[in-house]
Amino acid sequence: MWRGDYLYLIQNLVIKDFKIRYRNMSLGVLWSVLNPLVMMGVLTFIWTKVFPQPDTQHFPLFVLCGLVPYNFFTVAWLTGTTSIVDNAPLIKRVPLPREVTPISAVLSCCVHLGVQIVLLLSIAILSGMRVNVQWLWLPAVWILNIVFVCGLALMSSAINVFVRDLRYVVESANLVLFWLIPIFYSSDRIAKQYLPIMDVNPVTALVVSLRKILLNGEPPAAMTLLKLTAVSVTFFLAGLIVFRRMKPRFYEHI
Amino acid sequence: MSISDGRPAIVFADVWKSFARHAGQMLIRERLMHWIRSQHPERFYALREISLTLEHGESVAVIGHNGAGKSTLLNLTTNLCRPDQGRVEVNGRIAALLDLGAGFHPDLTGAENVKINAAILGLKRQQVREKFDEIVDFAELREFIDEPLRTYSSGMSMRLAFAVAVCVDPDVLIIDEVLGVGDMAFFDKCRKRILEFRNSGKTILCVSHSTATLADLCERAVWLDHGRIVDQGPISRVLAAYKAAMIPRAQPAGVGG
Repeated sequence: MWRGDYLYLIQNLVIKDFKIRYRNMSLGVLWSVLNPLVMMGVLTFIWTKVFPQPDTQHFPLFVLCGLVPYNFFTVAWLTGTTSIVDNAPLIKRVPLPREVTPISAVLSCCVHLGVQIVLLLSIAILSGMRVNVQWLWLPAVWILNIVFVCGLALMSSAINVFVRDLRYVVESANLVLFWLIPIFYSSDRIAKQYLPIMDVNPVTALVVSLRKILLNGEPPAAMTLLKLTAVSVTFFLAGLIVFRRMKPRFYEHI
Repeated sequence: MSISDGRPAIVFADVWKSFARHAGQMLIRERLMHWIRSQHPERFYALREISLTLEHGESVAVIGHNGAGKSTLLNLTTNLCRPDQGRVEVNGRIAALLDLGAGFHPDLTGAENVKINAAILGLKRQQVREKFDEIVDFAELREFIDEPLRTYSSGMSMRLAFAVAVCVDPDVLIIDEVLGVGDMAFFDKCRKRILEFRNSGKTILCVSHSTATLADLCERAVWLDHGRIVDQGPISRVLAAYKAAMIPRAQPAGVGG
């Protein structure tokens, strides 16, 4: 029915979201930088001064490698989850391909993410790291993570139409994830029996890979990459399948 | 899908459409109870055994009191929802003036809103570039186009929305109660535009409570009552029958439905 240009539409929706978000803030893009910087400062203070840890070299950079993926994931998942319900007028009145809504919601968080990645790389350079060839891995691990969040958002946005409480589940899950993702601790210190479980989480895989690339100047582990790819693609496909099955009933329930 | 393949513009073949009452308002407990007892929520029929054919170039009005199923009929045509039973077929590019201003946002400028709205309605980048000036000129908002939409009067934003919708260049135009936009001069412009559509052999499906507008724009009428077609035929005859039936209903409350 709808024979427009998907990419052009998604691009327009992402730009729209970006403009709306930043036009109403007097500090604009600075907000994207301020929040992770404050969190980085607080966590660094706690884990190097209040509860000093044995190995805290480059701790600000170490923490930021955890915070940036965590921030992106939580915001993108939540915006994605509520996207169909939030855009009810559009869903009710325009025969758009429905998939566009959660995907563009996730992608519009990427603008924000871009700013935070620039911050992350700046902190890496300020910490004395050198730009090296391993940095070329960065786009790959990030894109895999974005694909994962898109799949998750497709799934949860569809379910949220029928079970509106889902957004509160997502909010709680995001709080719990702050502890389950190795943000302020190193994945090396996780007890062995939990390691396989941790490893499957694409956000953890991203954090671990970022640390390898930025702190050690090493490529991400092959196993991590493999798992990240497998989980991301699986979630994306599963998300699409669930979404397609549920979307004919959106109209009635929204 | 081209007009020349001889198929009618819109075909409804024995279409039934029902909705669940209280859909989406159930708590988990109620859902579970329904599921355990394998009960289904009560449904009501918005449309029953609708069979309707619109040839290319026809202009058809849908009339009926509130809740008769007019909007459901239009929504089935634009494929927003699907029938329970029967078949809905649409041949050609469709543009619905029922989604006026879809995705408009008050904080964005008129120009930004035009681009997003056009993309939502299915225009491609190149087409938006080509039509942009035409849209702005049609809306007569050239000097305000870079101002945020929240500074517009409601008439101005409706004019902008209408301008985008008619510039999509559809084969089938669906108009849902939107001709109350802007002042008399603009109304006249919209009316002319719609008549141009009709004269160039495009199909029009129109819903309005203004019987004068319908009589002006359409040749044929379909009268819906409680989801069924009660009458269809030349607009003057059906409108007269409809008005005659409405008078006793309207009198107690003092307003027409």
